[in-house]
Amino acid sequence: MSKDLVINDLHISVQGKPIIKGLNLSVKQGEIHALMGPNGSGKSTLANGLMGHPLYEIDSGEVIFSGVDVLELEANERAKLGLFLAFQYPTAIPGVTLANFLRLAVSAVRAKEGNGSDNDGLIPMREFRGELREKMRQLGVDDSFARRYLNDGFSGGEKKRAEILQLAMLEPKIAILDETDSGLDIDAVRIVGESVSQLIGPELGVLIITHYPRLLDYIRPQFVHILLDGNIVESGGWELAQMLEAEGYDPIREKYGIKEEQNGEV
Amino acid sequence: MQNGHFSKEFLQKIAATEPQWMREKRLEAYKVYESLPMPHTTEDDVWRRTVDMRTQDYWRRTRRYLRGLEVEKYHPSLPTNGGSPSETVGAGLPSPYAETAGVLVQVDGQRQHASDSEELKKKGVYFADLHTALQEQPELLRDYFMNKAVTLETGLKSGNIAQHNKFDALHGAFWQGGYLLHVPKGVSVEMPLRVYTRMSEADQADLSHTLIIAEEGSQVVVLEENASTTPDASGLHNGAVEIFAGQNANVTYVQVQRWNRYVWNFASHRAMVARDAHLCWVSATFGGRLNKLNQAAVLEGAGCTAQMLGLAFTDARQHLDVSTAQEHVSPHTSSDLLYRTVLKDRAQTAWGGNIYVYPEANYTDAYQKNDNLLLSERAHADTLPGLEIQAHEVRCTHGATAGKIDADQVFYLMSRGVSYAQAEKLIVDGFFEPVMERIPLESVREELSTSIARKLE
Repeated sequence: MSKDLVINDLHISVQGKPIIKGLNLSVKQGEIHALMGPNGSGKSTLANGLMGHPLYEIDSGEVIFSGVDVLELEANERAKLGLFLAFQYPTAIPGVTLANFLRLAVSAVRAKEGNGSDNDGLIPMREFRGELREKMRQLGVDDSFARRYLNDGFSGGEKKRAEILQLAMLEPKIAILDETDSGLDIDAVRIVGESVSQLIGPELGVLIITHYPRLLDYIRPQFVHILLDGNIVESGGWELAQMLEAEGYDPIREKYGIKEEQNGEV
Repeated sequence: MQNGHFSKEFLQKIAATEPQWMREKRLEAYKVYESLPMPHTTEDDVWRRTVDMRTQDYWRRTRRYLRGLEVEKYHPSLPTNGGSPSETVGAGLPSPYAETAGVLVQVDGQRQHASDSEELKKKGVYFADLHTALQEQPELLRDYFMNKAVTLETGLKSGNIAQHNKFDALHGAFWQGGYLLHVPKGVSVEMPLRVYTRMSEADQADLSHTLIIAEEGSQVVVLEENASTTPDASGLHNGAVEIFAGQNANVTYVQVQRWNRYVWNFASHRAMVARDAHLCWVSATFGGRLNKLNQAAVLEGAGCTAQMLGLAFTDARQHLDVSTAQEHVSPHTSSDLLYRTVLKDRAQTAWGGNIYVYPEANYTDAYQKNDNLLLSERAHADTLPGLEIQAHEVRCTHGATAGKIDADQVFYLMSRGVSYAQAEKLIVDGFFEPVMERIPLESVREELSTSIARKLE
């Protein structure tokens, strides 16, 4: 079965205000797409809407993934199908260790395959620990990470690396990276970029949502789209990202007659 | 077993074989009980937030008495010294009481089973049900029993205790069951002692009394578990706990309450902490229809410390009303209280906590925190932290929070594949973690985790 993500004429609003206005986009396994846009263009709304955040209202359209319209599914069902969202602002969950949570999540996502789970439906502890340690080593993450409370007191860079670690463990088919480079210094962007590029292969499709092109130095997309006022206005290749790097968003805004958004990111 | 009533005649019967001073003490308590009206939820300030969710409309609660409670309906029993543990009680208890220095089992106020290890005998530790203790250790009881900690006198330092004494008086008059633990000077008991208190038959009253005396330099851990053996037999628990941590003693006391949802639960717990002693006190509440708990630690001696940990999970129409007091009497004392409560369904809770620092108690460190996590729209938590400070050199902090389960946390967890139920459980476990991680006993943490999981099923 095809694991492509196909978005058709999607409309999303937040608190009654339309943000995404008839967006079309298709991401195949093995492809890397960059969706670039200025603040307020609707980037995070799209990311949260695709994953099923209850505060983002889907007005119309469809999102087909693995042959199903996922808009009717809860977030965990979407995850089980192989959709992953790396959050711009990962939520802290005090008191819950990364390892405990991740064991539950990985067990849930792999449950349907029925491989090596014990009576609780959980992956055997030894097997899980071994795999986690291996992935942490590959991503250059310290062992102590696993015992820390999820995103609680993490630095910006640590939060993003924890997201990438979860991506690596959950092995999704399509991963959406929402502003994964935001709030990071140059070194952290490099580490995160290199970590993601290690995971890229024919099984993984990636949609990188970003304001700045700097993460793209490490993960070179084949497709670049520009999001403006809730819609994709231009699609192309690497040259589009280079154009934005050189000129910023103003010429594009001018071309499409769209004013700069005053109320920040939505 | 003989069922009785809360009457003077029955009281005489209970006290018939007791020393005269105890008989008089009971009669005196009965007089106090008779003289006091039932608490009124409008007129009595400390009862203002106590509400029986089964019979009362929350928003009209201030107009009502404790309407659903008819004390007369419940039966105290005549104490007997029962023999071997009954089959029904044995079920659900760890067998053969692994890793304990001594075990006491009591059902409906009757001693069912007692065993103490060679260790206890060798070290001279006294551990027995209170009726036996009254025969064997009359001097200790006369000195301590409802004399120094939970008493019927008013004008005590924490006013909430003084105003609570309708039920303390009932307890003083009709107490039956419970135990005395006496740890002699310098004795360290390695394994924990375990006490299982059960209510089984309908309409029983359990009035058990805990008296722990840890002498100078001693060390002991007591794990107490109160539970119903059936899910729906109504009952009344009217208990008292008195703890004396002597000079430089180290006492850990854990009480886990798992009555069923038809048990009224009224209790006063009070610990006296002497110079350089350390008390670790864990109070966990899962059961009860209406719970009214007064818990106070009195830091009497210089240099002593008390850690008070509370963990509660209420659901259905349970009500939990807890008043805590940290009373700093002497200088260089420290207390640290952390109470965390999870509420589900239509549960209602009220927590009122006070730190009292008396004029001589300079260099006090006192901390107090109450946090509430609401899993449903209809649950309600009141939280009232308070300070009363009369000394100059004091460090005190207090705080309280109450919040609904965070939608962003749930979404974050679910986006990684876990179900709503799993996400909720993770968040609840995480919420209790700061309390759990301070509980020094693995077996207790495991038992509490099981009770928490059961509440979420």
